[in-house]
Amino acid sequence: MAAVAARELRDGEVVFVGIGLPNLACNLARATHAPNLVLIYESGAVGASPSRLPVSIGDPALVTGSLMVCGMADVFQLFLQNGRIEVGFLGGAQVDRYGNINTTVIGSYERPAVRLPGSGGAAEIAVHARRTLIVAKLNPRAFPEQVDFVTSPGQGRGGRGRRELGMPGAGPVKVITDKGVLEADATTGEMVLAALYPGVTADDVQAGVGWPLARRPRLADVVPPTDADLRLLRDVLDPKKLYLKG
Amino acid sequence: MRDAVSRFVHDGDTVVIEGFTHLICFAAGHEIIRQRRRDLTLARLTPDLIYDQMIAAGCARKLVFSWAGNPGVGSLHAFRRAVEGKHASGGLEIEEYSHFGMVARFSAGAARLPFWPLRNYMGTDLPRANPRIRTVACPYTGEALATVPALNPGVTIVHAQRADAAGNTQMWGLVGVQKEAAFASERVIVVVEDLVPEAIIRSDPNRTVIPGMIVSAVVVEPWGAHPSYAQGYYDRDNDFYVAWEGISRDPDKLTRYLEEFVYGVPDRAAYMKKQPRLAARLKAKELVSQGVNYGF
Repeated sequence: MAAVAARELRDGEVVFVGIGLPNLACNLARATHAPNLVLIYESGAVGASPSRLPVSIGDPALVTGSLMVCGMADVFQLFLQNGRIEVGFLGGAQVDRYGNINTTVIGSYERPAVRLPGSGGAAEIAVHARRTLIVAKLNPRAFPEQVDFVTSPGQGRGGRGRRELGMPGAGPVKVITDKGVLEADATTGEMVLAALYPGVTADDVQAGVGWPLARRPRLADVVPPTDADLRLLRDVLDPKKLYLKG
Repeated sequence: MRDAVSRFVHDGDTVVIEGFTHLICFAAGHEIIRQRRRDLTLARLTPDLIYDQMIAAGCARKLVFSWAGNPGVGSLHAFRRAVEGKHASGGLEIEEYSHFGMVARFSAGAARLPFWPLRNYMGTDLPRANPRIRTVACPYTGEALATVPALNPGVTIVHAQRADAAGNTQMWGLVGVQKEAAFASERVIVVVEDLVPEAIIRSDPNRTVIPGMIVSAVVVEPWGAHPSYAQGYYDRDNDFYVAWEGISRDPDKLTRYLEEFVYGVPDRAAYMKKQPRLAARLKAKELVSQGVNYGF
């Protein structure tokens, strides 16, 4: 997943990095095809160049050697709301048919069965980044028809589009999973199956999704990570297996 | 620290101990627990382990926040026990924003405005969960903008690398929202690793984040941010953050932790003495920046 996500990033882009797998994907991209990727962390590090894989998005290694360190009011107002972020990476406990993400509660808000951490910067990243990429492992409970709580807005609900609601960014364009890649349909906004990992069938992906998954007429093959990618991930970027658990 | 908390933190106050991962003043939180403050409204972007401990110790009536997890590890279990399902203790009220929303609240508070506008929250359920997130029509363009109310804490506690005796405070590394939180607050307690002469502050004024004129008290407390960190002084104790998962998940273990490391010590110096290997494990390497020419 990290290698597939890394390929989505183009050299020179400005990316708002979240913790976990996105962090690994961004650092892999920087070490391979996108050396000029600009990593911005909500903690205030701009153009970070971490010498160790950060455990949190506030790790001191993000500061050392970065291009700029600013306060969080600047991160959200001068970078994000200003429109400077090209790619936002989001994960979540639940992702639904239209790419809405829930990181707030499972169950009702007033009496949640499971209380999740909440938005952090995710809501505003989903609103403002020119495009967002979602990274999540397939599982029908994690991919319900509709999320219990919309923390980060996807491609619209009840037929109301993002533009109509005044959202500057295009929202989630892809969902990168551990079995295939979903893409937002340009007209309906629905997440549809677009590519499969080697040895995986469309039915395997459907089994991990809680709604009848539409398919592109021709499904692409996801190119597996190269040996060089794997060596970088396992030996250099995440030798302690902070994120490469699964 | 004892005097500063006793004088400036009162039962029922809105208390902000800010610092985004970096410079979180655990020493102040522990002193507030020891002095058994009650009915506090605790506000922070990321409650982190320190508010989880203060919630467990019974200091909090309400939590105002935007991301309540253990960064890179998992959950804050005392917080979760207080708000989840049928096990909810019911004793903790919550008021929830996103990071941008919390930052905007401090910005409004610091500018002494009643609210702050931001382009956000359309398509989300956050305004439904928190009716204090509202909208206003822009008087120039008519665009509907989200608003959040000012946050003006009774007391804000900021940890920093150094300050002079008058409270002119310098920090480097991640500076989070500390400047806004301090300016928004009625009272400000600054806690530092090093107390330095005024001449050191004056030699590098661009690094001053909080001016002495808004500071109520300066406390010198080396290692006062542990298990958070202080850039150039000590690293984040990631091992402790991982260990907190097991401690906070079990209410008995959490109680024993508070007994031993909070109630069981009189101050931060004693806390460090109990953990003699900590300093060697976390002490920062030297990487000094080149100074700049302030001459004219």
